[in-house]
Amino acid sequence: MINNNTQHAASNVQPQKKLNIYFTAGVPKLEDTTEIMKVIQNSGADFMEIGMPYSDPVADGDVIQKAHEKALKNGMTMTHLFAQLKSLKDEIKIPVILMGYINPVLSFSFENFCRECAASGVSGLIIPDLPPIEFEKNYSALLKKYNLNFTFLVTPETSDERIKYLDSLSSGFLYAVSSSSTTGNENKEVKNEEYLDNLAQLDLKNPVFIGFGIKNKADFNSVTEKAAGGIIGTAFVKILMENENWQEKAGDFIRSIKN
Amino acid sequence: MKTYKNPDENGYYGEFGGAFVPEMLYPNVEELRKQYLDIINSAEFENEFRDLLKNYVGRATPLYFAKNLSKKYGSQIYLKREDLNHTGAHKINNALGQVLLAKKLGKKRIIAETGAGQHGVATATACALMNLECIVYMGEVDIARQAPNVGRMKMLGATVIPATSGSKTLKDAVNEALRDWINNATTTHYIIGSVVGPHPFPDLVARFQSVISEEIKWQLQEKIGRENPDYVIACVGGGSNAAGTFYHFVDEENVKLIAAEAGGFGLDSGKSAATTFLGTLGVLHGSKSIVMQTEDGQVIEPHSISAGLDYPGIGPFHANLFTQKRTEFYSITDEEALKSAFELTKIEGIIPALESAHALAVLEKKNFAKDEVVVICLSGRGDKDMETYLKNL
Repeated sequence: MINNNTQHAASNVQPQKKLNIYFTAGVPKLEDTTEIMKVIQNSGADFMEIGMPYSDPVADGDVIQKAHEKALKNGMTMTHLFAQLKSLKDEIKIPVILMGYINPVLSFSFENFCRECAASGVSGLIIPDLPPIEFEKNYSALLKKYNLNFTFLVTPETSDERIKYLDSLSSGFLYAVSSSSTTGNENKEVKNEEYLDNLAQLDLKNPVFIGFGIKNKADFNSVTEKAAGGIIGTAFVKILMENENWQEKAGDFIRSIKN
Repeated sequence: MKTYKNPDENGYYGEFGGAFVPEMLYPNVEELRKQYLDIINSAEFENEFRDLLKNYVGRATPLYFAKNLSKKYGSQIYLKREDLNHTGAHKINNALGQVLLAKKLGKKRIIAETGAGQHGVATATACALMNLECIVYMGEVDIARQAPNVGRMKMLGATVIPATSGSKTLKDAVNEALRDWINNATTTHYIIGSVVGPHPFPDLVARFQSVISEEIKWQLQEKIGRENPDYVIACVGGGSNAAGTFYHFVDEENVKLIAAEAGGFGLDSGKSAATTFLGTLGVLHGSKSIVMQTEDGQVIEPHSISAGLDYPGIGPFHANLFTQKRTEFYSITDEEALKSAFELTKIEGIIPALESAHALAVLEKKNFAKDEVVVICLSGRGDKDMETYLKNL
C-alpha cells in the first residue's frame, strides 16, 4: 500500500532532508510512467509528484511546458494515468502526489477525480491555479471525504498573514516557491535565506518544502538547511526528455542528491 | 434592478469569472483588484483619460447612418466607427486606460499579448506616449499574417516576441505573456487586451471600453430622439468591443444584444472559434468561462480567418450573457465574413477589419423590421487585413 499520509512522511525531517521528485506523466513515452515511479522510489526519493499534462501550463517554463505537450501528443489522459497508478498501487510505498492545473480536474469532475485518486493510492494534490477561496468554498470537504492532502504554494512575495492562511488550509506540506517565477527559471536566486528564516519563525503547522530552480545536490543542500525538504522538477524532467536510456541517469541523479 | 454589468466582489458574473491564478501572480492581481476602482474613478484619472480620448484618440467616434446598407437590409443601420480611432481600432481605449493605471501603480514595464496586432499597436502607442518599456507577445502564425502591425509596433519602440507553442496564435501569446508576468511580477503590468483573464481584468477592460456605448446613447438621442436602439451587434473573440458596445445597454431589457462569433470553416469542420456553440464550462487564462476543450479538459486550438477572433474562449461577462439568454449568439464563417467585408467596402466605401466583418454578416442572418434601429460596432479598420482580402478578391 502507498503511504497515504504525507504528513507522517514529512514529519520525520531529521537527520535527512526529504527529497520530492517531480515528473510529467506520459513522457518520454506514454507507458514510461510506471517505470519512472519505480526508479524514483528505488533510488531513495521520499516523495514523488506526478504532473498531469495540460495544454496551457502557464506556470511552467520551457522544459516542463514541452513535456506537457509531448505527453499529450503521446496520448496521455487522466483516465490512462489513473490506470497506470492503480497497476502499481501495491508496489509504491512513498507518497504519490498529483500536480496540475484545475481545468482538466474540473473536466473530470472534482469529486470523480478525488475518488479516482483515493482508489489509485494518491495521497495528495497540488493545483497551483486553484485559489484558496474556491478551495474553501467548493473543494476542501471533498478532499477530507477522500482522505487526500492538499498543498498550497507560497512565494517570497506572499505576506505573513497569507502564508499562515495558506498553511492552515494545507495538509501534508507547504510548497515554498524559491522565487516568484515559472518552473526551471535559472536566472532567479534559489537560496533566499531571509525568506526561509521568515518561514521558519512563523510556526507553521506543515513542514516546508522548497521548490523551483533546484537542479543539483549543492542547491538541494543549500535550500534544505532551513527547510524540511526540497522539490526537484525541471532538472529531472530534462534527464527524462534528453536521454534515450534515461533509467540509469535518472536513478544516478536521485542518488547523487540523497547521498 | 437586475444588473449584468458588474461582477460580484470575487469577480463573478453569475457562475463565470473569478481569479484562478497561481500564487506567484496573486500579489499583482490583488494589488490591482484593491486599487483599480479607486484609481479609475478618481477625478484626476477621469480627466486625464477623457482628455486623451478626446484629443489623442479622436473621440467621440462617429455614429454613422449607413444609408446604402440600411436600404439593402430594410432597416435603420448605424455603424459605430471605432475604426476611426487613432491606431485604427477600439483597442486604444483600453490600452490608454491601462497604461495610465499602470503609471499610477508605479509600474515601469508593460507587457501585452496580441492576435491581430491591434491591441499590440495600441499598447505600443500608449507606451510610446507615456515613455514606458513595452513588450508584446504575438503568436508566430499571427506575426506572419499581420506583418503591417508588427512593423508598426516595432516602429513605436515595442519589442515583439513570438509565441511558438501550441497553435502559435492568440491563446499562446496570452500564455507567454502570463509566464513573463510571473517572472517579472513586481515591476510589470500586464495589459490584457480583452475582457478575459483573472478578475479584475474583465471588469477593468469592459469599463474602459464602455465609452463606446456611452457615446452611442447620446449620439442616438441626437440623431433619432431616443437613446436606445432596437439591436446592438458586435463581434466576439474574447469580447472587448462587444463588452464596450453592450455595456450601457445590457441592463436595458428592450435593447436586443447580438454577438457574432468566428465560425471559421463551419461548426462541424473542426476548424472554428465559435466558443458558445462548441465550448463547455472551463478555466482558461485565469477565469472560469466557456472554453473549447476536449473531454479531458485540454484546450482545443481554434481557427478563424480573423486573428483577433482566433481564441478558444470568451470572457466571463459574455458567458453569463449567453447562459442567461440576454445575448443572442451567431456563428459566422470565414466565407460569410469575407462576403460582408467586400459588401461594406463596395456599398459604403468602408473597408472593415475582418473581425468587424463577422458582426456585419449578422445582417444576412436576421430579418429586421424597416423602422428598427440597428447599431453595429465597426471595431476596427481593414488595412491590416489587406493581404487576406486581396487573396480572396
